[in-house]
Amino acid sequence: MANPVIEVKNLTKKFNGFTAVDSINFEVDEGCVFGLLGPNGAGKTTTISMLSTLLRPTSGTALINGHDVQKDPAAVRRSIGIVFQDPSSDDILTGRENLLLHCLLFDVPNAEIGPRIKWALELVDLTEWKDALLKKYSGGMRRRLELARGLLHKPRILFLDEPTLGLDPQARENIWVHIENLVKVEKVSIILTTHYMEEADRLCDRVAIIDHGKIIVSGTPTELKTGIPEPKRPPEVLKATLHDVFLYYTGKQLRESGDTAEGGFMQKVMNFTKKNR
Amino acid sequence: MRELKGLLGLWYRELLVFWREKSRIVSSLFSPILWLVVFGGGMGTVSHVEGVNYQTFLFPGILCMSVLFSSIFFGLYIVWDKRIDFFKEVLVAPLSRVTIFTGKMLGGTTDSLIQGAILLSLGLFFGIHYSIFSVVAAMLILFLLSAALVSLGLMIGALIDSLEGFNLFVSFLIFPMFFFSGALFPLENLPGWLKFFTFIDPVTYAVDAMRGILLHLNRFPLGLDFLILGAFALFFISAGTWAFRKLK
Repeated sequence: MANPVIEVKNLTKKFNGFTAVDSINFEVDEGCVFGLLGPNGAGKTTTISMLSTLLRPTSGTALINGHDVQKDPAAVRRSIGIVFQDPSSDDILTGRENLLLHCLLFDVPNAEIGPRIKWALELVDLTEWKDALLKKYSGGMRRRLELARGLLHKPRILFLDEPTLGLDPQARENIWVHIENLVKVEKVSIILTTHYMEEADRLCDRVAIIDHGKIIVSGTPTELKTGIPEPKRPPEVLKATLHDVFLYYTGKQLRESGDTAEGGFMQKVMNFTKKNR
Repeated sequence: MRELKGLLGLWYRELLVFWREKSRIVSSLFSPILWLVVFGGGMGTVSHVEGVNYQTFLFPGILCMSVLFSSIFFGLYIVWDKRIDFFKEVLVAPLSRVTIFTGKMLGGTTDSLIQGAILLSLGLFFGIHYSIFSVVAAMLILFLLSAALVSLGLMIGALIDSLEGFNLFVSFLIFPMFFFSGALFPLENLPGWLKFFTFIDPVTYAVDAMRGILLHLNRFPLGLDFLILGAFALFFISAGTWAFRKLK
């Protein structure tokens, strides 16, 4: 049995009385891809922010690569690489400069900086573009560069927050192939959030569906697909997709809230109703 | 060592950005030159202050003004960084907030000093005579002034999330700081209430020292100017570090 590289116990985050993440528990095994699925405002990004030490949990613990996110945030930060939901690379710098900056910020040994940048660029097929300003990159190329950047300090765990949001099918397919290679060749463990079900189905070894801050169900994609009770399940088991599973557990009601760390719209509604009660 | 490397990285990034946006230098020199040539030139035809032509008298004040504006507005880049999420990449680095703040602060200070140095060299056209001592001392004053004001700008930028909010807040701050500093007029014979505001304005001491160094027209002893300016710089650097600690 593989060792868990992420252990989350009763992790909770409250913003002014609104519970964004409500006592969640899960583990991610070494070398696995773990998917966190949920509608907008479900608490995915808040969870990722806590695991990456950008937000302090209200209660509960999380161990990343054996380090507690609250007690030893610096060790956690060295163990993880992150690709954020929104572009977080500097578009006035070139691809190579962005990578160099990351090496300096994450204390990559000086002698290793050159070789690692070369390796990272090759990994995501951007060697030819290394001296172009990021302004000239397409959305997919930027994503790939950020993926490569997240790996420069050789983290054991990679966090991907909506890695293919807003990309066209070709670019998504390309990113998926790169992610699959990372797991196979570089042996990194990955935790990713997404609301593209086919993405989760293709990449994840295990998924957890989160809604209103709670994990409703988790398991392998196949377990989940065969787990929907008969009346709701399409006639042939094999035709059930994660899409059906997702809607079965989270309902079909539209979510208006942005999935922000502040709780966004939902929080404002909650505050408003509280005030006017 | 690790912190130092991160600091150099951040500084390097600011310099690259500054280098790529050379238009910033041109625009930052435009309004000081307008002040000197048009306002200073025009007033110079009718007035002399403390024995020198008004345009010459104005030069040290405008030098400080240009550093005042470029330094405080540097804080805008933090608001911008926060928006494009680039800053998250910096915040998850295993670096202390003090290092992140210092890297940004040095970046902004370098920008302001480069602009200040260019303007300082233009003093040759406005009747300023230089010595090695006066150039070094003038740059030192500009360094203290911009370290203080870049820190102030970064603090405001760290606390405010919208570009419009930053602009509004800063314009309420920056114009009084400019007008009360005595950049445009001598501080002697001011009415009491006006004098009070000039005393609490850090720019006053930079203008006074600059006038002392370049024209020998200081009101306070030079040492006192340096001391007070240094104290302001330390105060704003601490305040800025505090604001960065609170950043998510």
